[in-house]
Amino acid sequence: MQKLLRFLKPYTRYIVLGPFFKLLEAVFELIVPVVMARIIDIGIANRDTRYIWHMSIVLVILGICGLGFALTCQYFASKCAFAYGTDLRSALFRHINTLSRTELDRLGTSTLINRITNDVTSSQQGVNMAIRLGTRAPFLVIGAIVMTLLIDWQLSLIFLIIAPILGVVLYCVLTRTIPMYTRNQQKLDVIARHTGESLDGVRVIRAFSKQQQETERFAQECADLEKSMIAAGRISAVLNPATFLIMNLGIATVLWFGGLQIDAGRLSQGDLTAFTNYMTQILLAGVQLANLIQILTKAQASSLRVADVLETHSTMQGGSAQVTDSREAICFDHVSFTYAGAPHPALENISFTLQKGQTLGIIGGTGSGKSTLAQLIMRGYDATEGTIRVFGQDVKSFDLDALNRAIGYVPQKALLFTGTIEENLRWADENAPKENLRRALEIAQASDFVDKLQYGMQTRLVQGGRNLSGGQKQRLTIARALSGSPEMLVLDDSMSALDYATDAALREQLHTRCQGMTKVVISQRATSLRDADLILVMEDGKCVGQGTHEELLKTCEVYHEIYATQNT
Amino acid sequence: MNKTIRRIMRYANPYRKYLLLTVVLSFIGVSLSLLVPIFIGKAVDLAVPLTVPLSTNTRIDLAAILQVVIELSVVVVVSALFQWLQGLCINRLTFGTVKDLRSDLEAKLQTMPISYIDGNARGDLIARVVPDIEILSDGLLQGFAQLFSGLVTIVGTLAFMLTINIKIALLVVVLTPLSFVVAAQITKASHNAFVWQSELRGELSGLTEELVGGVNVVKAFAYEDRAIGRFEEINRKLGAAGQKATFFSSMSNPSTRFVNGLIYAAVGTFGALGAIGAMPWIGVMSVGNLASFLAYANQYTKPFNEISGVVTELQNALACAGRLFALIEAEPQSPEPADAAALTDVRGSITARDVSFSYTPDRKLIEHLELDIKPGQKVAIVGPTGCGKTTFINLLMRFYDVTGGSISVDGRDIREVTRNSLRGSFGMVLQDTILISGTIRDNIRMGKPDATDEEIIAAAKAAHAHSFIKRLPDRYDTVIGEDGGSLSQGQKQLLCISRIMLCLPPMLILDEATSSIDTRTELKIQDAFTTLMKGRTSFIVAHRLSTIRDADIILVMNNGSIIEQGRHEELLAKNGFYARLYNSQFAD
Repeated sequence: MQKLLRFLKPYTRYIVLGPFFKLLEAVFELIVPVVMARIIDIGIANRDTRYIWHMSIVLVILGICGLGFALTCQYFASKCAFAYGTDLRSALFRHINTLSRTELDRLGTSTLINRITNDVTSSQQGVNMAIRLGTRAPFLVIGAIVMTLLIDWQLSLIFLIIAPILGVVLYCVLTRTIPMYTRNQQKLDVIARHTGESLDGVRVIRAFSKQQQETERFAQECADLEKSMIAAGRISAVLNPATFLIMNLGIATVLWFGGLQIDAGRLSQGDLTAFTNYMTQILLAGVQLANLIQILTKAQASSLRVADVLETHSTMQGGSAQVTDSREAICFDHVSFTYAGAPHPALENISFTLQKGQTLGIIGGTGSGKSTLAQLIMRGYDATEGTIRVFGQDVKSFDLDALNRAIGYVPQKALLFTGTIEENLRWADENAPKENLRRALEIAQASDFVDKLQYGMQTRLVQGGRNLSGGQKQRLTIARALSGSPEMLVLDDSMSALDYATDAALREQLHTRCQGMTKVVISQRATSLRDADLILVMEDGKCVGQGTHEELLKTCEVYHEIYATQNT
Repeated sequence: MNKTIRRIMRYANPYRKYLLLTVVLSFIGVSLSLLVPIFIGKAVDLAVPLTVPLSTNTRIDLAAILQVVIELSVVVVVSALFQWLQGLCINRLTFGTVKDLRSDLEAKLQTMPISYIDGNARGDLIARVVPDIEILSDGLLQGFAQLFSGLVTIVGTLAFMLTINIKIALLVVVLTPLSFVVAAQITKASHNAFVWQSELRGELSGLTEELVGGVNVVKAFAYEDRAIGRFEEINRKLGAAGQKATFFSSMSNPSTRFVNGLIYAAVGTFGALGAIGAMPWIGVMSVGNLASFLAYANQYTKPFNEISGVVTELQNALACAGRLFALIEAEPQSPEPADAAALTDVRGSITARDVSFSYTPDRKLIEHLELDIKPGQKVAIVGPTGCGKTTFINLLMRFYDVTGGSISVDGRDIREVTRNSLRGSFGMVLQDTILISGTIRDNIRMGKPDATDEEIIAAAKAAHAHSFIKRLPDRYDTVIGEDGGSLSQGQKQLLCISRIMLCLPPMLILDEATSSIDTRTELKIQDAFTTLMKGRTSFIVAHRLSTIRDADIILVMNNGSIIEQGRHEELLAKNGFYARLYNSQFAD
């Protein structure tokens, strides 16, 4: 948990005050056996009824004070833990938003979600319990030892022998279980991922009647998890009995040596009772400590997973430049790109220049690198070789937010978010005037169907826009990109679900109503790109032809072939 | 709450031998540990200086003390052993129960109607399978551990106390309910905060799932700050709710400890008064008796403390268990009739009689649909986006059941045959490419698990997927990562087509099957499809009218109903909706 300590820093006062009140409570608790010893030694010995009654009132007062202190501590503990958890969760979410695609690809989203939800909660629980119990138990132990020292220092040496033995047991259990808990968490990640997959793929699973196999695979994973949880549990099961054993053997030792002391006239019977009471108290505290340690072990494993994400830093740093007006829109100079860990480059030696307001078409086979090229323009990834200039400046010099705002992006997979249509449209620009939204809907050919909806733009989309058809979703994602009036529009094969008529109308509107906007259009359809000022023909990561439609028809065999296949 | 506990116990039933062992072991382990105070009391009593003159050397009976100490040690060792074994049993019991519950939950998801899965947030369903069960598991672990040893402790200590002094023991019994009353009041008060917390937790999970799942879009729109804003708003609320719930429920432990402190004080006071005979009705008590009585009073109240100490976890666990059982006991898809036969030797005639359907009762989608398709016909479904094409396929595959009328295959109502055989008769390629995690090979042979490598490669070749597969690092053994990993949308689609090429089902459904594939590859696949479709009834949804011109029947859909049916030429001659659609492409 050390790595996350800075998140606790703002709440130092709670961390100090919580345990302080717990300390007070523990002190009061420690006085109880003393009072009881006095009842026995003085009250009973002198047969003093009044004294016994007085002391019993003292006991009640001690209890009331203890209650007050304990509640104060619980309050501070819950305050601190939840403030810490909330901060940590926010920080984690913020941090994930700063990571570049390279890191996100590597980590995978389902584990990130698990870490935000599960692991933070577990770490938070650790803090809560650490404040509540982590101080009480050691205080009781130390306090009890101090009290026994005052009664008889020789006899209390026994505690000093027991404490290290207990420490060793704790240490052994701890070091063995932490890696096991981490492994369990990883297995849970897998289960979460597979559940997600079987939900996404429910139609395919049923179409192929794979329910049985899915269920079996799941049962297998659950059994696997069970095994590794039992393995971790087996070790932590040692903790409680071991504590019990060590402490009670300690009591036995105390009784024996206490007897010797009494025999030598150095100890009273009441003192021995107090001594064994303290020992019992230490035993209870020890058991609590053991339980706390189990919680902390889990919290530690979770905290490490959270810290692991927080320590992953974006390999991509933004500059400070803002987007300014420039004639040149995009310029690739001998650009190559290889995905992290991939054996072959996804793009090789690409060079071209596009002016402001022009349209760039990218066409090519499946997996030829079209989307990757678009990602490089928007700095989704950094080129491994060569330089990319956008809006007249090196793409790396821009402030990342400024760059993203200047580019309207329509992803291949139409992804919308829970909320109303209007809220979705406002993604690009929160304060966009209503006219802009309307205009965007019109250009994207979405105004017709949106108007037909019962609540129009106020219609709520269920997760990911599940209540819309594929084509409707695509048109909304296009409108979303347009509503921010970007300098450049990137359409990553985002018209595949549109019929030809809609596709044509959309292109016509883009052409006439977005004159100054630079457009990058990835498409499988040659007709969609026919009017582009520059078309790149991609094949296996290489650009095998560039030019206008007419030029390519003459010079580029691949393009010619594509065009021919679509017009028969 | 009781109902939830009963349901949990039903899942624990297969592990009842561990349950039984836990009970037996904890009975022995705890009972032995309860002997400890007796030995302590004995030893303390033995430590009274003998009333012999100071001149003698041995003033107390050390030998007797040694005897007691040795007995104590033996009891402690045996008790620790049993406690350890009990811990192991509880582990097996809890983790086994949880495993079964989790497997069942997943199995249940596989039998739920698709409408349920479409209608519930993905994040929420995943939350039940992972974090909810984890919370329950923690709760069970604590619960089982505390329950049995707690019960034995309470009964045992009470018994010992009764043997020492009935009056004071009864005093303890009378005072105990105080502890319960206090704890119950607090639990009740904190319940609402817990409900609030779990609702917010669900909300936050949903938002996280969406925003982290779509983080690439978030970044592309520089939406991070607003995403963070939305996240933090709910997060703050969750923090406040959680703090409240936790604080309230954590009040119960100090409160019960306070009550127990009172009990302790009462025992001490009355015990002491009894010892000096100030209260004759209490009876006679030695100092040693008082010492062990006090130790018992401490032990007796321990289970109350411990149970109130984990009350937060238990409340949380029960709340989560409620969510789990809500899913496990949810209405599954309509069961198959007992006499449902498998659909075999499909020829491929399909009829629809007066079919109507709607996802929500207030919005009618398909009405009075009539259809007659002969075996081997090629049916094209066209229409503007959102016209109901995909819905029609949902009905054919019985992902959804018709709300009126009937659909038959080879003259048999599809509700009277097994779902698996019906779906197995269709080969389906959808626009949304879904791959399972596993290797390329696993994905291709989904419909035919026993396919040989040669067959798999032949299928991949037919789908024109072989050439990209062989360039992958491990070729057919390449493991596909989360959501298809680094494969492009088009490559994923080629894999889905390979599946169909391998299992060669009697009927085909191609819903925008080639939308993400470049047209050159598409053209080649089209050849393969043409061969495949020969003699097979097939349904094709596509926007590229050129690819469906030679269909036997074209169904033109708009706003959920089939507005025109016929061959290409007939429909063009009609000069209706289809003609307009077709011309808009041609005019391009």
